[in-house]
Amino acid sequence: MRVAALAQRRVVECMGTVFSFDVRAPGVDHATLDEAEQWLHWVDRTFSTYRTDSDVSRLRRGDCSLDDCAREVAEILAECSRLAADTDGYFSAYATGSLDPSGLVKGWAIERASDLLVSAGSTNHCVNGGGDVQCVGDASPGQPWRVGIADPAVAGAIAAVVVGTGVAVATSGSAERGAHVIDPHTAAAPTALASITLVGRRLAMTDAYATAAFAMGAAARDWVEGLPAHQAFAVCADGTTWTTTGWGTP
Amino acid sequence: MKRVVFSITGTVLGLVALLSFKSHGHPLTTAAALPSAGLPAASASPAPKGTVPTGASPNPGTRTSASSAAASASRTLAGDAIDTPYGIVQVQVTVTGSKIDNVSFLQLTAFDGRSQEINSAAAPILLQETISAQNSQIDTVSGATYTTDGYVQSLQSALDKAGIR
Repeated sequence: MRVAALAQRRVVECMGTVFSFDVRAPGVDHATLDEAEQWLHWVDRTFSTYRTDSDVSRLRRGDCSLDDCAREVAEILAECSRLAADTDGYFSAYATGSLDPSGLVKGWAIERASDLLVSAGSTNHCVNGGGDVQCVGDASPGQPWRVGIADPAVAGAIAAVVVGTGVAVATSGSAERGAHVIDPHTAAAPTALASITLVGRRLAMTDAYATAAFAMGAAARDWVEGLPAHQAFAVCADGTTWTTTGWGTP
Repeated sequence: MKRVVFSITGTVLGLVALLSFKSHGHPLTTAAALPSAGLPAASASPAPKGTVPTGASPNPGTRTSASSAAASASRTLAGDAIDTPYGIVQVQVTVTGSKIDNVSFLQLTAFDGRSQEINSAAAPILLQETISAQNSQIDTVSGATYTTDGYVQSLQSALDKAGIR
């Protein structure tokens, strides 16, 4: 049995979900965690489609131009365009018909929050935002992070475990909140997969890829095989599972 | 992917089927415990029976087991009962000093099938998240979207009472 390393924890409720910071030695000061927390709230205020006064909401209504928004808005929209090209259009900031970059924003916010901890000297931590995870370093010396993947069919059960140093783990599926991913090509909720987990290094991209792969359904398997530096684990609607060929290879 | 090892373990975590709801359409109360290794045995935790009527005013949090003021003593504190769009959520924490030993539900009501789905999916994962620093198997969980705001509020109020920040 492993002995958990002394950890600093902080839980933040934001963007309609829960974020948790788990900082292992060497720790950071409280001000750094405060800053990371404030960053998440700033992202919510700026990008939320639920807040009428956010930059993104104003942009959607045509009340302002991109130049009037925080510069990060243009950065995110440019990245969304790049991801749309990367994913054959399966990742789209317009999947629901109007501008909604939420599919990228959360993973990006987590990745940036993690970067903030790194800048403050943290070499081992894990930031989890609503089930999407950016790990840096290890859980404890010589012990890589262990990230359980929720079983989409059995509440509370773990279907697989990712063990890795500095991994980004993102799962997209319909189980946890009902259908909330739309296939931009059909405008319907994809049904082939119950969930798909992508493992990479940087969460913004890994999370967006997981969303795209879920929308692709069965075709995701070949697509992820062709992706550099990413592996996938999928639970199909019929309960069967598959992994990409690199999964399980040290 | 150098230095990355993946393993598929089947259903490894003892977090299965923590919550059972009896039927749709009625407010139900259940209690769940965490049968995780490394935590005090709570699998036989007393599930407060009884139904919470819809719209009942939330119970104020109460300290359910008094203990000495010694920091090393184990204390159990109830969080506030939080009324959420999905039902009433009330958690109880057991702490030793500033260490959380366990978190369990005193109340987790569901008013319809959808709420049950949300609660049953999110609640065990939330519990897992809370104690994961002390769990020997898993550090964190991917794939669960946490929507039970009430859980966090109730937990926070319990931790406030315990003097843990």
